[in-house]
Amino acid sequence: MLNFHKDHQNLVNVALLVFVLLSMGVAVIPANELASSNAPLPTMVPLTPSERRGLEVYVSEGCAACHTQQVRNIEMDKVWGDRPSIPSDYHYSKQRLDVWRQSPSLLGSERTGPDLTNIGKRQPGVQWHLLHLYDPRMVVQGSIMPRYTWLFEETATPEADAVVVPVPKDRLRDSSLVVVADQRAQDLVAYLLTLKQADMPGAGEPVFLPSPGRRADTKEDAAGSDLPDGGALYVQTCSACHGAEATGLPGAFPALAGSPVVNDQDPTLMLTIILGGYDARPEFGVMPPQATQLTDTEIAAIATHVRSNFGNDAPATDPDAVKAVRSTVAPETALMP
Amino acid sequence: MDRDPLAAPYLWTLLSSFLIYGYFCPVPGIKTFLRPAYANMHERSFRARPIALAATVLGLTPSLLAQDPTTNWAVSPGVVGTFVLLGLVLLTAALIIGARVDRLIRTLRSRGKEQGALARVDDRGLVSNYTHEPDNPLVDAKKSETMVLEAQPGLRRLITWYLGCAVGWLVIGTLIGQYVGMKFVWPDMDAQAWLSFGRLRPVHTNTVFWGWASLAMIGLGYFVVARTSAAPVPSLRRGWHALGWMNLGILSGDLFLMAGINNGGGEYREYIWPAVLPFAWGLFLTFRNFYGTVKRRTIGEIYISNWYILAALVWTLVLVTIGYLPWYQNGLGETVIQGYYMHQGVGMWFMTFTLGLLYYYLPSAFNRPIYSYSLGVLAFWTQMLFYTMIGTHHFVFAPLPWWLQTVAIVFSAGMFIPVVAGTTNFLMTMRGSWSAIGRSYVLPFFLVAVVFYFVGSTQGSFQAFRFTNHLWHFTDFNVAHSHMTMYGIITFALWACMYAILPRLTGREPSQLLVGAHFWLAFIGLFAYMISLMAGGTFKGLLWLEGRPFIDSVAGLRPHWIWRAIGGSLMFIAHLLFAWNFFTMVRRPVANTGAAPADAPTNVVPSIS
Repeated sequence: MLNFHKDHQNLVNVALLVFVLLSMGVAVIPANELASSNAPLPTMVPLTPSERRGLEVYVSEGCAACHTQQVRNIEMDKVWGDRPSIPSDYHYSKQRLDVWRQSPSLLGSERTGPDLTNIGKRQPGVQWHLLHLYDPRMVVQGSIMPRYTWLFEETATPEADAVVVPVPKDRLRDSSLVVVADQRAQDLVAYLLTLKQADMPGAGEPVFLPSPGRRADTKEDAAGSDLPDGGALYVQTCSACHGAEATGLPGAFPALAGSPVVNDQDPTLMLTIILGGYDARPEFGVMPPQATQLTDTEIAAIATHVRSNFGNDAPATDPDAVKAVRSTVAPETALMP
Repeated sequence: MDRDPLAAPYLWTLLSSFLIYGYFCPVPGIKTFLRPAYANMHERSFRARPIALAATVLGLTPSLLAQDPTTNWAVSPGVVGTFVLLGLVLLTAALIIGARVDRLIRTLRSRGKEQGALARVDDRGLVSNYTHEPDNPLVDAKKSETMVLEAQPGLRRLITWYLGCAVGWLVIGTLIGQYVGMKFVWPDMDAQAWLSFGRLRPVHTNTVFWGWASLAMIGLGYFVVARTSAAPVPSLRRGWHALGWMNLGILSGDLFLMAGINNGGGEYREYIWPAVLPFAWGLFLTFRNFYGTVKRRTIGEIYISNWYILAALVWTLVLVTIGYLPWYQNGLGETVIQGYYMHQGVGMWFMTFTLGLLYYYLPSAFNRPIYSYSLGVLAFWTQMLFYTMIGTHHFVFAPLPWWLQTVAIVFSAGMFIPVVAGTTNFLMTMRGSWSAIGRSYVLPFFLVAVVFYFVGSTQGSFQAFRFTNHLWHFTDFNVAHSHMTMYGIITFALWACMYAILPRLTGREPSQLLVGAHFWLAFIGLFAYMISLMAGGTFKGLLWLEGRPFIDSVAGLRPHWIWRAIGGSLMFIAHLLFAWNFFTMVRRPVANTGAAPADAPTNVVPSIS
């Protein structure tokens, strides 16, 4: 009956049938289960129309070619999120876009750029995002991301309600012009700011599988000091805005090199700004509060690093000083070290 | 950072393959050169030497494997396996170069020994090929194709056009690939929306997938199906329609991508469905044509190539349907389908079809029957059973069901069966013809394709292991792997088939020097591309494992990306040469009606159809 060598009909039918059955088992049925059983977490909110349009810009420009949105359940991915991603995280973003386009492949396959699962939490500044999209190398030295200049307009006469991007004059081709973010850029940033992991109340401590060869704890490395490596933490946390050399970006982010606040013998004001954020000076972007992002030890390490590098010369701080300031600035936010 | 573990197995593989090669190599020149390395081995203990070597290998391996892979990543089975496989590629290159160098040495030795000293006269016309430069060792004349096959009237033209379109897409697709590769080094090359990285990357991949490889496979497939069925293709007109539809799909898909209109899908699912539909329709027409030919065959058995080719078409039609239907694709349902689609696109379409082509063109190029028909059948069914299950290995540690990931990893290892079966079959078919490789400009392409079939597929299985995912996932290693397979296997195999068949169809041969240049530029380019990204990907993974700031893994990769661009440039130049070679093969074809023109090869062999 099943003479494949001589019966072409049998051969093709069996090949088709077995392949369809296997495909159902390994692809269609599991996919269907995942598609029909993912409720949003109670803390998640649907995308607004602007955020939704921003997601479409994200898809259209192919951002997922370089940016993943998945925190794997292994230790090395801890830097990208507080917990491993779960199917519910994608409830609102991974829906069919329209009749022409499928549910977007946001998980990605390459990390040429950083993972964006938590970018809205890690980098909450609208102006930073706009500057970064307009010219990534202005804010992140060594970045190889494309410039998305077509999402912006250069004009001499911005409208009253235009979103002006604080591009330094010397970075403009014509210094009489200003750069205005068009609707797509604003939508894209709105979408990026929604990217933060929703809380899972009562879920307990997240489980990450150990990654081989990974530094067990930063504390053990810094020989002669009980603080973690402030330089590395600075690069991870602060340099995106304040620059690798702490020179800031004129008109957008203040320099830390030579700053009177940094060089103050008393670190209280500096620690207050780090912990509680700062938005008092209209000519600069917003400094997001770090109280919920960093532990006292980490903040002490960063502050000590900044105060003794980049030409600054001020005494070191310690975790106790941070703790003291934290109790006045943000008493509810103490993080586990 | 401790980078020593990387060096040890790498150097060991390199050194041991070199020594083992030098030892067994049939080339006296090389052996003389390596003599000091074996100085302490007595001539008479000839048989003891392989044992000594094996003992060294076996002695060192356990000490490597005994270390704990969780503390020393370099000794995990996946990593060690990958190094060994890379050593195999080097060994192959060394074999080919060795054969050439051996000829060079022999020629130099025999120089001045009366050869060519006398002018020879051939009054009776017994000599068909002669040269005035017998001492030119680098570009000495290779064997020529001396027969022109007859084909169904019109089929030759159809095949030529399929292949011609494919060559055009290859040049366009790899030009774009080269351009996006350079953007890693010079991100400010342009700031045009249509040329931005995110939009052009899928243009590169889809163009070489659907434009180059698919059209070339189908064009070559037409000849195989008609020839092995000894029956005419039912409708050439349908073949032309299919070509038109598929070209329309690719062209419109690419333009949509550049305009920022994409499906939102991951790899190879970036064309929106209105662009995929004409392509799929073209596949369907092709299937009808091929099936119709097999149905009308005048031979009882269905030749194994047709199994692979028909199945590839059926499976791909199912695959596209499943990939583009919407009902189960919200949330992470899409991710499951993405893993399935992107892997089966490669496995069920490109790999299966190309294996079908190899089962015909490889034995016919070596002029030997395929070693084992049953191994081919075993590989066919295991290809279907195992390949289908492994898509999720692209999402190991992702929030997908753990059982699905485990199934994918287990069956990835199971892929050893069809791969070893196929490789054995091809190598055993080539056995005894090794010397022919040095004398032919076609056979090295086959050899490289077969070696990469083993190396690329096996390396992919290693890459699916959970441990190697820590190190390599999300890094440039993936890009290296996909070029190793889509380029090393598929593209080299397609070139082999085209150089094997076109001269027989058209009676025109390309310049042997240019074919050689094409081969070596492509091979060296691919090697530079692969090694730079594999080393870079490993480096990147190590930086991430160490918890370094992310930007370090961007800045640190720059030298690797420069080397990648250099390798890519070599590959692109090779494609230009190939396009020229293709042109010389197909322009002014010799009539295949039996009456050959004066300047054409004379023994025209009528074919069955």
